[in-house]
Amino acid sequence: MLTAGFAGIACSDPVDEKLIIDGKEMVTRAPAPEGHPFDEVLSGWLFRETETRALEADSFANPGTLYVERGEEIWNTVDGTMGKSCASCHNDASETMKDVGAHYPKWDADAKRPINVELQINKCRTENMGAEAYKFDSDDQKALTTYIKYQSLGTPVKIDLKQGDMQSWWDKGKTEYYTRMGQLNLACASCHEASMGKHIRADHLSQGQANGFPTYRLKQADMVSLHNRLRGCIRDTRAEMPKAFSDELMALEVYVTWRGTGLSVETPSVRQ
Amino acid sequence: MATPKPRVKLPKKAKAGETIVIKTLISHEMESGQRKDKEGKVIPREIINKFTCEFNGKPVFACDMEPAISANPYFEFNAKVSESGKFKFTWVDDNGSVYTDEAAIEVG
Repeated sequence: MLTAGFAGIACSDPVDEKLIIDGKEMVTRAPAPEGHPFDEVLSGWLFRETETRALEADSFANPGTLYVERGEEIWNTVDGTMGKSCASCHNDASETMKDVGAHYPKWDADAKRPINVELQINKCRTENMGAEAYKFDSDDQKALTTYIKYQSLGTPVKIDLKQGDMQSWWDKGKTEYYTRMGQLNLACASCHEASMGKHIRADHLSQGQANGFPTYRLKQADMVSLHNRLRGCIRDTRAEMPKAFSDELMALEVYVTWRGTGLSVETPSVRQ
Repeated sequence: MATPKPRVKLPKKAKAGETIVIKTLISHEMESGQRKDKEGKVIPREIINKFTCEFNGKPVFACDMEPAISANPYFEFNAKVSESGKFKFTWVDDNGSVYTDEAAIEVG
């Protein structure tokens, strides 16, 4: 029967390979934290094509590295009325920012809400540098975020839900994750949990992990921030998109980041 | 991205007659000339249209590039080295700019 031959195409397993970047092995499979729907959390790298995986493994060929370099320039460039650069206070990012990005989002006691790397940069710029906050997804915001997250390359993701009200934001994010939305009536979980490993047309569905963001997407030939990607996914369900850094997306970031607990930060990862 | 920045990677040392791997990458938007902006006007083409590599003044590798090539073009190619010297890399932009980079290799 013809149909039998096609049955296997709909579902394929993530690859069983090691990701080594500049001699450092990344954690692409990790035991899931307590309360997680899966036994094992898997990096999106395992779901990509051979060529895409190779591009991330070679830090020279990875176009994301260009943004890391641009981020380093910004780090050392004075901006704002106080005449300071990031480096004026934080010195050498390879020391002061090491592993920092792996533990965001964090609780921001001033704003009484979670804060991610992009918002932390803006906070620093407005409060300490006398500079303007970056607009969402401006080139400089993406490059600097990439540079800071890159300082945690290899470090397992772990966020602290005991800080402030993080737990209630996690709860809110979890509710969103399982809420169906849009004309297509899809929840995050419809694709990334219930259909993980299957194909949605040409796309091999991963667990939708956040550990590689900002990520170099071949489709855009550019760095893509997490909130850009979350908005893109929501748009694809044909729902109304929440604004970047809104309460909805911050809650979702907290929850989705937690779902990738234990995976290495892969910034700048390469995806399809 | 700001001004295109070239990067090259090749071994610092090699044996005479050895075939080495050369990798190059340059940041560039490679605007195809086929896209339109929000007002519907065509965004003019601006790509890197030529790439060359020379070793001690002799050509090693050269190619023309077309608008279908994606952003941040990456090249990887081989070269046989028989003497010490310098590789010179050149990228030519539609806007007339020329970006260059050099890398020395010790052969012994």
